[in-house]
Amino acid sequence: MIDAAVVIDGESQSRVALTDASIDLLHLLWGKYGPLMFHQSGGCCDGSSPMCYPAGDFITSDADVLLGRFDIAAPGDPGTPGTPGTPGTPGQPIDFWMSREQFAYWSHTHLTVDVVPGRGSGFSVEGPEGLRFLIRSRLMDDAQPFR
Amino acid sequence: MTIYAAPGTPEALVTFKSRYEHWIGGEWVRPVKGQYFEDISPVTGKPFAEVARGTAEDIDAALDAAHKAAPAWGKTTGTERAAVLNKIADVIEANLELLAVAETWDNGKPIREPLNADLPLAADHFRYFASVIRAQEGEFTELDGDTVAYHYAEPLGVVGQIIPWNFPILMATWKLAPALAGGNTIVLKPAEQTPVSILVLIELIGDILPPGVLNIVNGFGLEAGKPLASSPRIRKIAFTGETTTGRLILQYASANLIPSTVELGGKSPNIFFEDVADKNDAFYDKAQEGFVLFAFNQGEVCTCPSRSLIQKPIYDTFLSDALDRTKKAIQGNPLDTATQVGAQASNDQLEKILSYIDIGKQEGARLLLGGERVDLGGDLTDGFYVAPTIFEGQNSMRIFQEEIFGPVVAVTSFDDYADAIAKANDTLYGLGAGVWSRNGNLAYRAGRDIKAGRVWINNYHAYPAGAAFGGYKSSGIGRENSKLALDHYQQTKNLLVSYSETALGFF
Repeated sequence: MIDAAVVIDGESQSRVALTDASIDLLHLLWGKYGPLMFHQSGGCCDGSSPMCYPAGDFITSDADVLLGRFDIAAPGDPGTPGTPGTPGTPGQPIDFWMSREQFAYWSHTHLTVDVVPGRGSGFSVEGPEGLRFLIRSRLMDDAQPFR
Repeated sequence: MTIYAAPGTPEALVTFKSRYEHWIGGEWVRPVKGQYFEDISPVTGKPFAEVARGTAEDIDAALDAAHKAAPAWGKTTGTERAAVLNKIADVIEANLELLAVAETWDNGKPIREPLNADLPLAADHFRYFASVIRAQEGEFTELDGDTVAYHYAEPLGVVGQIIPWNFPILMATWKLAPALAGGNTIVLKPAEQTPVSILVLIELIGDILPPGVLNIVNGFGLEAGKPLASSPRIRKIAFTGETTTGRLILQYASANLIPSTVELGGKSPNIFFEDVADKNDAFYDKAQEGFVLFAFNQGEVCTCPSRSLIQKPIYDTFLSDALDRTKKAIQGNPLDTATQVGAQASNDQLEKILSYIDIGKQEGARLLLGGERVDLGGDLTDGFYVAPTIFEGQNSMRIFQEEIFGPVVAVTSFDDYADAIAKANDTLYGLGAGVWSRNGNLAYRAGRDIKAGRVWINNYHAYPAGAAFGGYKSSGIGRENSKLALDHYQQTKNLLVSYSETALGFF
């Protein structure tokens, strides 16, 4: 498991994590497509799933919130040569984004990116592998269950 | 009761090919890279055919064919195009059972749905747009005694369409019929979960359309959908799916300065006002069925009534009756006409639904029914079956806010009219909604106050060709169905004509 770095001002808990299966798949995809990013989708069909794109392919804006930043490089590994991540950032960083309006309804939950066999993923890069990223959720420690 | 024979057995109505190619320029074309992927039937969880795995090279070939066909097709008369659309409708109708078996095997839906809904609606949809295009008239305005503005509807040219897997043939039809009627040529990318049933239809209708007017390239979103959506050689891109891909498609459309229509789903409220329970009569029975429609097509409908809002005075009794009604839903072999709930369309869809059931429980929602995967045994044991599931909770919970796209309804209560509307509109989406009341004035006001493109009043899940369908808010841009859809597939040409011999006098 990898926990994302906390990137939201004033917060102290990581909001997103990767399972080991996700990390393995991301290493494979990074080798094929270079630096990567996630944007969490909502809505119909293949929606409510994390979409993984070559970094920068999906244009984020003030309408989005950065929930966390992963580094999938092994400890001490400076990252994949020839495919640097964000300038000035060592390792293999992967940002996890969500639209701001969606975050308003999701913010009380912690998200773990997992992988399942599957097909159909919008333009997400894992689709051709016969695999699909999937979100598993739990309540954030400081979020009260609704009662 | 009929149980249709499974494809691959001797009595089956449809015999799938072992391998399907792309349909480009009126013929079957091997993928340039020679790659194929397996199509898995959700009924059994097993692969049943190989399908061409398209890439940018195949999209280019399809665009070549579409561009070659566009000038002549764009010049055909509305009468000629209407005749083509009517022929397609006739073929769908004449092959209803065969296509229904193909659709059920590809998608997992209970066969009574394609027999009675998907396919009759598809045939009617082609006929509707055949009528619309024949009845379409240009407009002119006499600006002054010698100046006339003539307005003509002209085709856009070559358009790209990316369709979803929940109603493979009907959703293709929603996009194809207005595009063809408008005189456009098309490159269509079906969903990779359900690539085959549309190709079975093409085997039947392929020779009705001139070569290149309709081209179909299968494959994965990344490898085939993206090159299509981002191509500078299309004049429009239409998409049904989810929000992140929708934004990406709009981003590509902006780069090419082309229009895009996107339908991105919903979280539709189904509101039951207290007067529905004034009598235990046929209307009450209809309203009860309206509740259970969350399980229609296994909940894999963009307008699934997945939030039930019930007024407090009748909450306990109405919900109790609805639970009993839902328990009677028959889940089983999708090829059995008695089956009411079939299989989810894919394994990842199944997993996603189960993950939502999990977070629903964690958030403290009360599970009243279902909540688990179903093993139907025998050949169906590996199929993707989920029991119809009813949760009770609060509108702020994630199961109330996200499109689960499964047979899962989240139920809560409301106090009064204002509370009902506030809860109905407390969502990112605005695609569908249901209002149930014996009071016409109340139902009318609610229908107008709900921010959604389609509000069903005292009915739900009807999709007649003549009623506009599309989203408010984050549910998307544009309308399908109804003659409004034609506007999304035509340009306006204005000829501004002077019939005067007199110079302006400026120079």
